[in-house]
Amino acid sequence: MTTPSTIPAVRFRAVARHFGEVRAVDSVDLDIAEGEFFAMLGPSGSGKTTCLRLIAGFEQPSAGTIEIFGEHAEGVPPYRRNVNTVFQDYALFPHMSVAENVAYALMVRGVGKAERLAKANEMLALVKLANFGARKPAQLSGGQRQRVALARALINHPKVLLLDEPLGALDLKLREQMQVELKTLQRSLGITFVFVTHDQGEALSMADRVAVFNAGRIVQVGRPEEVYERPATRFVADFVGGSNVIEPEAATRLRLPAGAWSIRPEKITLSATGNGPLGRVESLQYQGAQRRYVVAVGPDRLSVVTAAGTTAFTPGASVHVDWPADAPTRLEG
Amino acid sequence: MPSRPPLSVTLAAAAGLLFLHLPLAFIFLYALTTEEKSYQFPPPGFTLKWFAVAWDRPDIWQALGLSLRVASVATALAIVLGTLAAAAMARYRFFGREAVSLLITLPIALPGIVTGIALRAALNLADIPFSFWTIVIGHATFCIVVVYNNAVARLRRTQGSLIEASMDLGADGFQTFRHVVLPQLGTALLAGGMLAFALSFDEVIVTTFTAGQQQTLPIWMFSELIRPRQRPVTNVVAVMVIAVTLIPILAAYYLTRDGEAVEGASK
Repeated sequence: MTTPSTIPAVRFRAVARHFGEVRAVDSVDLDIAEGEFFAMLGPSGSGKTTCLRLIAGFEQPSAGTIEIFGEHAEGVPPYRRNVNTVFQDYALFPHMSVAENVAYALMVRGVGKAERLAKANEMLALVKLANFGARKPAQLSGGQRQRVALARALINHPKVLLLDEPLGALDLKLREQMQVELKTLQRSLGITFVFVTHDQGEALSMADRVAVFNAGRIVQVGRPEEVYERPATRFVADFVGGSNVIEPEAATRLRLPAGAWSIRPEKITLSATGNGPLGRVESLQYQGAQRRYVVAVGPDRLSVVTAAGTTAFTPGASVHVDWPADAPTRLEG
Repeated sequence: MPSRPPLSVTLAAAAGLLFLHLPLAFIFLYALTTEEKSYQFPPPGFTLKWFAVAWDRPDIWQALGLSLRVASVATALAIVLGTLAAAAMARYRFFGREAVSLLITLPIALPGIVTGIALRAALNLADIPFSFWTIVIGHATFCIVVVYNNAVARLRRTQGSLIEASMDLGADGFQTFRHVVLPQLGTALLAGGMLAFALSFDEVIVTTFTAGQQQTLPIWMFSELIRPRQRPVTNVVAVMVIAVTLIPILAAYYLTRDGEAVEGASK
């Protein structure tokens, strides 16, 4: 954890949110630093979106306290929080033009028409939609709607911007482009971004820190490298990057000390004459920049990823599996 | 390309439509006849004098005035109550929700005569004298349904996140209702309101039980048929009723159709 000593942008203390018997969020402690790009990563139903809605004020905690820049958020309605949201479905007002959508926050505050539309056009230029103000949301593509939602949420200069799977509906190329743009935007504005996603690649590539959620709890928080290289639990090892989880009974067979271990597929090397355990290539997937193997070592299966240019093995071939001494990470419990 | 239907089907459809709408032509025809005692075919002659006669009859104006006032107030009541009920149904999950929804829509499925008798019995029991308001209450029972159905259908198609987005951007409940919810509901309410108005304007059965001695326009027409006096005047009034009810129904049809086209495009 690299939490600065200053007042955090968002602080959760033992926060829970129950819906009847369902514990959507169950005792979460969290500090998000000012100016941080923070990702909440987890499968659907893990509580990450509920946490976002707790920050926005759409949900109230069943237990625990939430502070936003040191102020208690309890009972403060969404419209009095200096926090704005980019919704998963964008939630653009269909009866308003793009410019009116972006200017909405200023309109409800009573800013004059000329001033707020000028400001809206400024925001639209920021998200590269300068000439789209007069259109209706229905006339825009998915990527353009996403930018409008971003401009609309940023016009009030929120202290925290919440993004609920904002790239989920976009195609791959657009998503990668938006990842870069969002990161650049966040750097230049210096606003705290809290980003919810189930895509580990997205979380790792954009965030300063990642919190991995499972079953209503945070199982690990850390820089992307920490979470990826040193997963704390079986869940993190498997969910983030699909690591090899080696159970204690398999550890001895693979010449590892007692305990449960995680080894990243790309840390493993294959060779015809090595020192590691001997296995057999079971399957091979060619993926362009890399090859993905499944190697059977006795009763155990290991996933291995090798870079293009290294020696290729065909299914059925006998190979030695090796890894650097620091590659295996011990898993808790 | 759809293929052409066989001739027999075309003829049957034409016959069906004629059967439905030809009688309306006779309304217009007999509004212009010179024969005032009976509906003689073909009419012996044509005249516009019945329009002038109808214009000078105070009982018609009184009945028309009452009908318009009842329809306006019942529609206004229905828009407020129907919208509130629809909002509650769309927004909250509660015990007995489906049952309440059924109870709200029941009056339109129930025969008018049952609603009428029930209301009359209730009014008698509560010792409430017949008045303008008893007619309004009778009409509101089915007007609410029409508004409610339109509003509920529109709210179901409206994204829930729009309201959250509005609150998120700093709008309080009232501003959200005014700038987001109402524009979304606007055409649905207009359509529902117009339909409710048209239903109320030509309602006979429930009115018979809740009006006492008062005459709404349809009831006036009914009594004129039994007691023939200047028969074509009734037809003149009927022509007016057709005009007054048809215009809002057509308008409602076009408004909802447009609304759906716009919503469909945004998805």
